[in-house]
Amino acid sequence: MTAAQYSLCLAGIVRREALRWLNQRGRFVSALVRPLVWLAIFAAGFHFVLGVSIIPPYETYIPYEVYIAPGLLAMIQLFNGMQSSLSMVYDREMGSMKTLMISPFPRWFLLISKLLAGVAVSIVQAYIFLAIAWFWEIAPPPSGYFLVLPALILSGLMLGALGLVLSSFIRQLENFAGVMNFVIFPMFFTSSALYPLWRVEEASPVIYWISEINPFTHATELIRFALYDRFNALSAAVVVAYLVVFVGLAVWGYDPGRGLMARRAGAE
Amino acid sequence: MAPESAVAAVPPEASFDRRADHGPPALLVRGLSHAFGARQVLRDVSLTVGRGDFTVLLGLNGAGKTTLFALITRLYHSRAGKIEVFGANIQSAPEAALKRMGVVFQQSTLDLDLTVEQNLYYHAALHGMRRGAARQRIGEELARIGLTERRRDRVRLLSGGQRRRVELARALVHDPSLLLLDEPTVGLDMASRQFLLDHVRQLCRARGIGVLWATHLIDEAVGDARIIVLHQGEKRAEGPLDEILAMTGTRDLKAAFDLLIGSAAAGAAEGDAP
Repeated sequence: MTAAQYSLCLAGIVRREALRWLNQRGRFVSALVRPLVWLAIFAAGFHFVLGVSIIPPYETYIPYEVYIAPGLLAMIQLFNGMQSSLSMVYDREMGSMKTLMISPFPRWFLLISKLLAGVAVSIVQAYIFLAIAWFWEIAPPPSGYFLVLPALILSGLMLGALGLVLSSFIRQLENFAGVMNFVIFPMFFTSSALYPLWRVEEASPVIYWISEINPFTHATELIRFALYDRFNALSAAVVVAYLVVFVGLAVWGYDPGRGLMARRAGAE
Repeated sequence: MAPESAVAAVPPEASFDRRADHGPPALLVRGLSHAFGARQVLRDVSLTVGRGDFTVLLGLNGAGKTTLFALITRLYHSRAGKIEVFGANIQSAPEAALKRMGVVFQQSTLDLDLTVEQNLYYHAALHGMRRGAARQRIGEELARIGLTERRRDRVRLLSGGQRRRVELARALVHDPSLLLLDEPTVGLDMASRQFLLDHVRQLCRARGIGVLWATHLIDEAVGDARIIVLHQGEKRAEGPLDEILAMTGTRDLKAAFDLLIGSAAAGAAEGDAP
């Protein structure tokens, strides 16, 4: 296979993911409505309950809506990562996964292409959300809209890779409800998405430390800082480290020689 | 029961001369074993699909057909045995092997929300085909299965038989020389079944494609098909129909099959059309 053929393959996988997303209107709408509901209802309710002091990257007191917006961007990516990886596996007994796997390209390349395709879709959603959020007076500096792009790519890849890892290892997550209960909500709630970690530390040191090592916290912080023209080196490093680990695990999990796919098949 | 007509000889109208070709066979499986934990699913299976051969892999549900397909298509590797596609080992040279292989899986793997054409273009991309070349091949294959007018329809709007035909077209877009079909006629009506069977046999004759057609329906082993009987993970017989009948001393394939899989399971095979 030549380099040109590799790019044709990658383009084909991205195009399919985009077409699927456009064609499944329910998925399209729910992906947008979900964070907006959080923004409109949850943030309104907590507006006066949680006082947020001045913490970086913000330079002044901010309304709660502004605080949770980056977390909701990361949430869009988390949902997308889980959906594109897991639905692929559970939809009709791994049907579309088989289509992908019998391609003559190397498996690591197919998995990473799949990951990039999912990220491309999640970034479009993230920008649509940012456009709507502007009406809630979530108005980061104009440069923030550009600087957040690399942060979204990095965090999207990391969360998508996590989805791939789960899809290759975990048999018990039979449906999306299971993923919501055991992956998405725990990750979301033990992170800095809804409340600053210094507040968590006052309440429970254990949850604070869980939040500190939670990859979702660092995805959120990376996005938050980028959106306000700042670079959070620690979060960037943590996100990259998790990305490397998750991609490694996913490629390992889908290696035909390791037999994880075989174990799945045997369990059916 | 197997109607006699179902095993009547079809006159060979070959435009492809399989004897003129002396390269490695389309598919060579040697000493293949596989277990899921303690459960042994395949035991020392060896088989060959020649170029241009229509080979029927006959076995009851649970005989190990689907596992065999998963191993041949490299969904996972076996611990013991080797698989070669035109001489290319699936483990050490998967690219060369998968390039020449077209697959129709037992469960549909089409994207229901995409159009027929979009599904086929996706497959072409997965084989590194350029858009122009893909367009031409897709046009040819859709014309061959008579679904050219439906190419912009979503797959969801197609009937079961039409979906299967699209899957066959998809498996052929990259011009493979080995075609694997795992129970391709399950759930189809008589007309769709016959269409698929005729179409694939035509591919063997005209294009010299080697075919491995897995089924539990005895009457799909028609004409000059080579037959492989798989039972409880073991190969019980392999050869043309007359050889299998001579070996078992029976008059039709149904009786031969019952004998080969042992009396306990006799009568369980489905010889009739659904």
